[in-house]
Amino acid sequence: MYQQVKGLKELPTEEPLAPGHRLCPGCGASIVVRQILLAAPDDTVVVNATGCLEVSTALYGYSAWNRPWIHSAFENAAAVASGVEAGFKALARRGEGQEHPIIVFGGDGGTYDIGIQALSGAMERGHRFLYVCYDNEAYMNTGIQRSGGTPRGAWTTTTQAGSARAGKTEAKKDLMSIVVAHHVPYAATASISHWRDLMNKVRKALSVDGPTFLHVMAPCMRGWRFDGSKTIRMSRLAVETRLFPLYEVEGGAYRITVPVPSPKPVEEFLKSQGRYSHLFLPQNIEELEAVKRDIEANYAHIVRMSQFTAQPPGNAPKE
Amino acid sequence: MSWKELEEAAVVKGGTSASYIVSGWRVKRPVIDEAKCTNCLICWIYCPEPAIVRREGAKVAIDYDHCKGCGICETECPPKAISMVREP
Amino acid sequence: MTQTQTFAVAALQGDEAVAEAVRQCDVDVVAAYPITPQTIIVEKLAEFVADGKFKGEFMPVESEHSAMSACVGAAATGARVFTATSSQGLAYMHEMLYNASGMRLPIVMAVANRALSAPLVLNADHGDMMGSRDSGWIQVYAENVEEVYDRTIQLFKLSEDPRVMLPSTISFEGFIISHDKERVRLLDDGAVKNFLGRPAPKHRLDPKEPLTFGAIANPDNYFEFKMQQAEAMKNALKVFGEVEEGFETFSGRRYGAVDSYNTEDADRIVVANGCSAGTMRAAAKALNAGGEKVGVLTIRLYRPFPTEEVVTGLRRAKAVITMDRSFSLGAPSGPISEDVKSALKGAGLGTPVMSVVYGIGGRDLSVDDGKKIFDMAKDESSFGPMQVLYGVKG
Repeated sequence: MYQQVKGLKELPTEEPLAPGHRLCPGCGASIVVRQILLAAPDDTVVVNATGCLEVSTALYGYSAWNRPWIHSAFENAAAVASGVEAGFKALARRGEGQEHPIIVFGGDGGTYDIGIQALSGAMERGHRFLYVCYDNEAYMNTGIQRSGGTPRGAWTTTTQAGSARAGKTEAKKDLMSIVVAHHVPYAATASISHWRDLMNKVRKALSVDGPTFLHVMAPCMRGWRFDGSKTIRMSRLAVETRLFPLYEVEGGAYRITVPVPSPKPVEEFLKSQGRYSHLFLPQNIEELEAVKRDIEANYAHIVRMSQFTAQPPGNAPKE
Repeated sequence: MSWKELEEAAVVKGGTSASYIVSGWRVKRPVIDEAKCTNCLICWIYCPEPAIVRREGAKVAIDYDHCKGCGICETECPPKAISMVREP
Repeated sequence: MTQTQTFAVAALQGDEAVAEAVRQCDVDVVAAYPITPQTIIVEKLAEFVADGKFKGEFMPVESEHSAMSACVGAAATGARVFTATSSQGLAYMHEMLYNASGMRLPIVMAVANRALSAPLVLNADHGDMMGSRDSGWIQVYAENVEEVYDRTIQLFKLSEDPRVMLPSTISFEGFIISHDKERVRLLDDGAVKNFLGRPAPKHRLDPKEPLTFGAIANPDNYFEFKMQQAEAMKNALKVFGEVEEGFETFSGRRYGAVDSYNTEDADRIVVANGCSAGTMRAAAKALNAGGEKVGVLTIRLYRPFPTEEVVTGLRRAKAVITMDRSFSLGAPSGPISEDVKSALKGAGLGTPVMSVVYGIGGRDLSVDDGKKIFDMAKDESSFGPMQVLYGVKG
């Protein structure tokens, strides 16, 4: 059971994230954090992996976090969160404290790659926390290097485009499938453009006793090469082109939460970002086709899964 | 600062980033046309900082100390009440 | 001892003794990953959990790096936290050791010392913990099972002291101490609980006062944060003595940061740590009975290094023999040797030092070996800048 978010005016006026942080103008990550924490209870405790979000919001003497917050290392946010959860549980049991909702923020770097082990272990052990992967599709903080979350064809500093290569040659790792394979009670994708869908997913996830997961796109004007004023537009376009379908998986049952019956052409998304500009050169037509096939295949997979896994009775997660 | 004055283990009080002024980052600043503004709060929910302040009994205002001039508010404002104006 | 005590005596393996101490110390969270020869610690704790004897959270994490990470998270909530590892596991969590210490979290860890791969070997040497000696952890070495048990309890008190707030380890040789059964005079549950009290850290994760743990520093203040840790290390030397004093009042047992056997009268003194200290003492006693003058200085507290006590212990020696059960490849001599030589030089003493490296990869050191080592120190040519690799074949 959770309280649905209906309108913006009902959201708290006290800001969970204070301004004055050093994130780029137009950064998608901070919008992810703001929307999520505005939807979450005010006693939420935050665990953060190393990355853009962490370094820019937590400098000695200048912390943007109006919530208890801990950063330890790059690959261990889920493990640290497991410990925080266990600590609160143990202290509460002896009457020396209380349990609090725990939200973990990890970038695609800290989640897909170096952090996947810790996430997997934490999910298997069943700790209660909401893990949010804010995905800007590269190791942005160290200067835009490719990650397992970088899509096929994207330019990054370690997957450059030239005469011999046209950006990343490998497909984007299917993180949601990995998470769902752990049989977590709830996992979903979300977009900052669709704030109501995102916030309700946050509340739903937090109402569940167990590990829950949100995969949120965090457009990066710096690494994707677009003007910072277009961040929300990029996120919206990703949804409207079916590139980033918005769905949830509850007890193994897939459900598309924002259907896109008449998708915009994927080229509109790709053309609007400098990181894909090389795909529109005549010599890279095959790479462009491969990129489009990836996007179509991903959406088709989600549709198929939602058709075949429509929620059977008795399988709803404990709330 | 001497090692004795620094907080042990570099622990920081939350919210202290607000003391850092980022107005110098801007090239353009958002200006709200109050007549057109419907106080829908769309600019507020999309602001990365946040540099848009909700006010009791009044429409939203820009916190110019903390606005970096990204322009998302201008792009997303439904009644087009916000314009990005070059800094003087 | 201020009161006569009768103890329940148990025959325990080193690992079992650690588990028993953890149970008695009312630990809130244990996050650990099994690795030979530490495994019995986690297995015993799991037994306690199953029987309702351990009431804290027992987290069977998926790796040692995650074990230390979970400990960091739990300690930040103000909970009392413990883990244990050896060798590869310690190396795997190496990054996190610096993290825990830098964040000033009073985590206690048991290390059943085992040599590092490659090649892989399961047996004891101190290379694992010595490889992490600069991590900012308080490091104690034990030479028998009862000492391991006592130290595990003491370290919670030491680490959690507000003047310290540094994590600490109790190291003991794998298989030799971890697995061998010895007599342990168990302390009373209530006495241990009373001795430790509950952790009361200055900072914790608490929505009532939102704090930020793990912020980034810069060249303007990083050195100063390290200075804070250095100062805490210095305090730890003093607090160590206080903790031992408090521990003695209800246990009747005290070990010291160093232990001196016949150091006042000896011309040759061995500096050793771990179980070999006992071996060397036995060798020394035999030699002294035969009219020689030898002594043994045992290093129990290794970090912070008890420089003053070491210098005091070695001051009258004509020759010093340091014994390292770790091989510092490429260095002139092992870690203990380097520290002892620095201490002597710093005190203006030009005592010749023979640096012995022994017991690598679990190679045994017998009392006879001990006597041979004392004998080698009679020969001036044994003293030089290069170390002696005792017992290496060929």
